[in-house]
Amino acid sequence: MTSTTLPTREKTPPVSAPPRGLSDRSKAERKLGWMLAGPAFAVMLLVTAYPILQAVYYSLFNYRLTDPDNRSFIGLSNYGVVLTDALWWQALAVTLFITVVTVAVELVLGFGLAMVMAKALKSLRPLLRAVILIPYAVITVVSALGWKFAFDIDTGFVNHWFSWLPGISAETDWFGGQWSSLAVVCLAEIWKTTPFISLLLLAGLAQVPDVLQEAAMVDGATWWQRLWKVTIPNMKAAIMVALLFRTLDAFRIFDSIFVMTAGANNTETVSFLAYRQTISRVEIGLGSAVSVLLFLAVVIIALGFIKGFKIDLAQARGER
Amino acid sequence: MSRREKTWWWIAGVVILLYCLFPIAWIVSLSFKDPSDISNQSFLPTTFTGVNYSEIFTGTASDLFLPALRNSFGICLIATFISCILAMFAAYAIARLDFPGKKLILSTALIVAIFPVISIVTPLFNLWRQIGLYDTWLGLIIPYLSLTLPISIWTMSAFFREIPWEMEQAAQVDGATTWQAFRRVIVPLAAPGVFTTAIIAFFIAWNDFAYGISLTSTSRARPVPAALGLFSGASQFEDPTGATAAAAVIVTIPVVALVLLFQRRIVAGLTNGAVKG
Repeated sequence: MTSTTLPTREKTPPVSAPPRGLSDRSKAERKLGWMLAGPAFAVMLLVTAYPILQAVYYSLFNYRLTDPDNRSFIGLSNYGVVLTDALWWQALAVTLFITVVTVAVELVLGFGLAMVMAKALKSLRPLLRAVILIPYAVITVVSALGWKFAFDIDTGFVNHWFSWLPGISAETDWFGGQWSSLAVVCLAEIWKTTPFISLLLLAGLAQVPDVLQEAAMVDGATWWQRLWKVTIPNMKAAIMVALLFRTLDAFRIFDSIFVMTAGANNTETVSFLAYRQTISRVEIGLGSAVSVLLFLAVVIIALGFIKGFKIDLAQARGER
Repeated sequence: MSRREKTWWWIAGVVILLYCLFPIAWIVSLSFKDPSDISNQSFLPTTFTGVNYSEIFTGTASDLFLPALRNSFGICLIATFISCILAMFAAYAIARLDFPGKKLILSTALIVAIFPVISIVTPLFNLWRQIGLYDTWLGLIIPYLSLTLPISIWTMSAFFREIPWEMEQAAQVDGATTWQAFRRVIVPLAAPGVFTTAIIAFFIAWNDFAYGISLTSTSRARPVPAALGLFSGASQFEDPTGATAAAAVIVTIPVVALVLLFQRRIVAGLTNGAVKG
């Protein structure tokens, strides 16, 4: 035993009618269930399944909006073009870099915020829980603009404030290079989304049974030991859900890149590449291929998480 | 708790306050800087001025900003309303009724929620042009449902699961039909959950940028985030930074107001939907 968790409570199976044959009532219940949930289900399919199938279809064509007469079926050539182009791999690398850096920092920072909020003095607690929602609620574009203006060589104050640090002077152009641009982008992302993670983790913290903490304390466990052996194992589900959602969200990053760098200095992400091909260059075929690849990447990440970490999302959400 | 420990918790709390509010304070401060004062290299303006606000409300930038504000409110409210209605029925069925396909609906909501927006934008851009939905309200309301509906279904079914359903059975014993029990007994009990879901769905719609920038081209349907993205690029007025900051402050006011008024509910909604052991 390396960690301490309470034995899972036995779930009492829901009481239902005996399995042989369906009673009139349960037939009616089925019908009503689909009548009520059907419309929402249909709309969800309509607004996602249909567009993605359409994208798969478009991606098989050489199709430029400004030249619709020359539309021709070219099979998988678009995918060949994308996958052999350095631009795609560059965008994928940048996207993965941003995802890994932001999610890792957010998880640690969010955990710290959650601990403070859980333990903070009663007088501060309501204020903290209200204020922590502000970064979450602020529009991504607004947050990105704020951070951009703060670091900008003309409008910013950061260079002035931190000019005592080596490497920073009034002439430091944060958006002039790849690494410094990505650093600011990551900072903006981290600021905006850490509170969401910390709220999920706070809910997870609340589910750690006090009895276990007290027992560990009686047994003489240090704060550090309690953190790793009691607290974290008992909130694994919350951590995994937060991790999965933030990873997928970070991987789709678009708004901040658009506003802060517009893809300059090799800061283009996969989403931005798809946007630029389709909307700016009106290369519908090529752009659709990038979109389909982006979708596949998200599916692979999600499946990797669910299989790799054995997250049962339904269970984590209280479904049976 | 010792005095020393107390001080540390105070400091930790204040650090969180600063963390959350500092960037907002910066944008507010920036919005009060005169265009000639924008590059003063310091956090606060040398002198406070309201020129940026008059610029976006009555000046040259108002053509870009005011219609965008109207579009954003209209489109987001309609999309929120539709997805709440649809989600309400779905969540009732999921929380209450026993029917096959419950899991299918929830998994679909999950898949739709993780769907990369840009993958949907590409085909819609072309399709909307062909069928005339490009640059219209409806052309944004439909894709916004892909953002708001999944989270609405999730959040609401989490809320609905906590409703004391015995009351519904009591009503049915008293002779009410399933439908009557739903409308007369459950709707009033469910209202807080629906309301919270609506706020969260509204936040998500209000935050959208990718659809807004890709599926509109004029002030006919362009929402505020997309307009903000264009502010910085447009050269129709001298230094757009101050005006952009002022516009950013204006669109932040509604969400901050909602957060401060309903923070307890929002936290419950966000965490209920995602983590429930």
